[in-house]
Amino acid sequence: MEHIPSPTVDLVSLAPVLVLSVFAMMVLLVDLYVKRDKTLVIFISLVGLLMTAISAFAKFDLPVHSFNDSYVVDELSVFFIMIFTLSSALAILLSIDYNKREGIRMGEYYSLILLCTVGMILLASSTDMIMIFLGIEIVSICLYVLAGIRRSDPKSNEAALKYFLLGAFATGFLLYGMTLVYGATGTTKLGLIAELIREEQIASKPLMLMGIVLLIIGFGFKVASVPFHMWAPDVYHGAPTPVTAFMAVGPKAAAFAAFFRVFAEAMPVLSPSWESLLCIVAVLSMFIGNVGAIMQTNIKRLLAYSSVSHVGYILIAVIAKNSLGSSSLVFYMLAYAFMIFGAFGIVILIGRKENEMLEIADYSGLAYKHPLMAISMSVFLLSLGGMPPLAGFVAKFYIFSAAIKEGFVTLVVLAVLNSVISFYYYLKVIVYMYMKEPEGEFQISLAPMTVFVVVIAMVGTAGLGIFPDPILYFTQH
Amino acid sequence: MSEYFFISLAAIVAIGVVAVLLLLSTILGPRNPNRAKLTPYECGIIPQEEAKGRYPVRFATLAMLFIIFDIEVVFMYPWAVSLGELKLFGLLEMVVFIAILGIAYIYIWGRGGLEWD
Repeated sequence: MEHIPSPTVDLVSLAPVLVLSVFAMMVLLVDLYVKRDKTLVIFISLVGLLMTAISAFAKFDLPVHSFNDSYVVDELSVFFIMIFTLSSALAILLSIDYNKREGIRMGEYYSLILLCTVGMILLASSTDMIMIFLGIEIVSICLYVLAGIRRSDPKSNEAALKYFLLGAFATGFLLYGMTLVYGATGTTKLGLIAELIREEQIASKPLMLMGIVLLIIGFGFKVASVPFHMWAPDVYHGAPTPVTAFMAVGPKAAAFAAFFRVFAEAMPVLSPSWESLLCIVAVLSMFIGNVGAIMQTNIKRLLAYSSVSHVGYILIAVIAKNSLGSSSLVFYMLAYAFMIFGAFGIVILIGRKENEMLEIADYSGLAYKHPLMAISMSVFLLSLGGMPPLAGFVAKFYIFSAAIKEGFVTLVVLAVLNSVISFYYYLKVIVYMYMKEPEGEFQISLAPMTVFVVVIAMVGTAGLGIFPDPILYFTQH
Repeated sequence: MSEYFFISLAAIVAIGVVAVLLLLSTILGPRNPNRAKLTPYECGIIPQEEAKGRYPVRFATLAMLFIIFDIEVVFMYPWAVSLGELKLFGLLEMVVFIAILGIAYIYIWGRGGLEWD
């Protein structure tokens, strides 16, 4: 009988996953017995996220490989865990007042966000395709439920169903791609694949190339890049707003981390065969995202299309595939987290119980009634567009310079052109806020936690833009 | 290759027997359809209503919950076989696994997933 190799177990390097799983289960149980008041559940969730962020630093001398080379703790994964815990904490803080207003009383909501974060950590730290698949599934299943958590709202149901059906379909593509790559190389370990494909004989197998194409389709769906973006506007629109913000940041960052690991770290040798394909996807994402956003009248759909175009920019970091690419990728995701949570925070603040005020026309004259809110919304939108000296500008600058260093000048020129296009619709919202007469009454109750998130996001957006050096130092070392 | 030959021989014989029997019964069998014979269930009881009506699928939830424990047992078989090699570590791992499933069970119970009405 063949001997089964027992895996090299290293629970310390798995600490963030374990800590967060325990807290997620604790939330689930506490919620059973404390039915009315959600304060305790929310408190436990936030403490759990904090502990997770701390436990990410349990290992020194990075990178540490464990579990037969299928799990790694390196600078990239530690930094991504920071982004995940930050975005989950912001999502939970945003949800507190929103859930009260919209009557979402399920404690599972918080547990699902924590479990989704577990999946994201696995996704960003795995170096084995099976583990990547598991991570993607954990993340997706939690998100399907979160998107449909407002069970009485048909829009929310539609979002969940569309996301589920298309997501399951895309997972099939991803898995098929992994199977073909396994067929070509005989292993699912990214490290081994990287070595094996140095040989011309394996690298030029049609199986391998088919696998790569299918992997791009699968990942492309998960990050919502064109032409696999059709679900994004509907799902972002129908999901509860804090979940939308969460989806646009955390899971997307996790999918990009895996994307980077599979393509830029494991298959740089094969880049001639996937580079041009990703370039096309990136350029299409930018153009279709931006042109699509121009035509939107709903603020959530506008932000959804804008996030499609941002996927295009971030893909450039994957295409650049140098160390500057990975550090600009994490910097971009961090900056993007602040901008998106800020913008959606304002969207939540403006809404009220019966009317969520999601039309752009609803923002008319906001500057006359609530000048501070109009200013912060403008800052977030301009930062999304890439206006100096805000975070969005620095983030884009680093991605573009990483690509220029690798010689992708045309790609960068197209990306800069797109940034200019994107200002049209970001400015449109600002024009509504500052230059139109108010149409109806604003009934804004300043929910403290939501305001707190907006303030954090504001500090982050301005801070990363004006003093990017400390964070950049971290991402590069 | 020889074992495949016998398997395929068995398959051909099985398919052949079924085909011949079906053919013979359609050719030779008497055919006199009447009302009692054409009712959906030939059990002598007159059908009460259309079978297409709506009915609660509560049992579906229970069936889904059952899967959890199904998988638990399936997972235990290979574990039990290799327990000698895994030693104490294997035992602890299984305790953790069952504890997690136990939490799921408590959750289901507390949420009223096991109540019929």
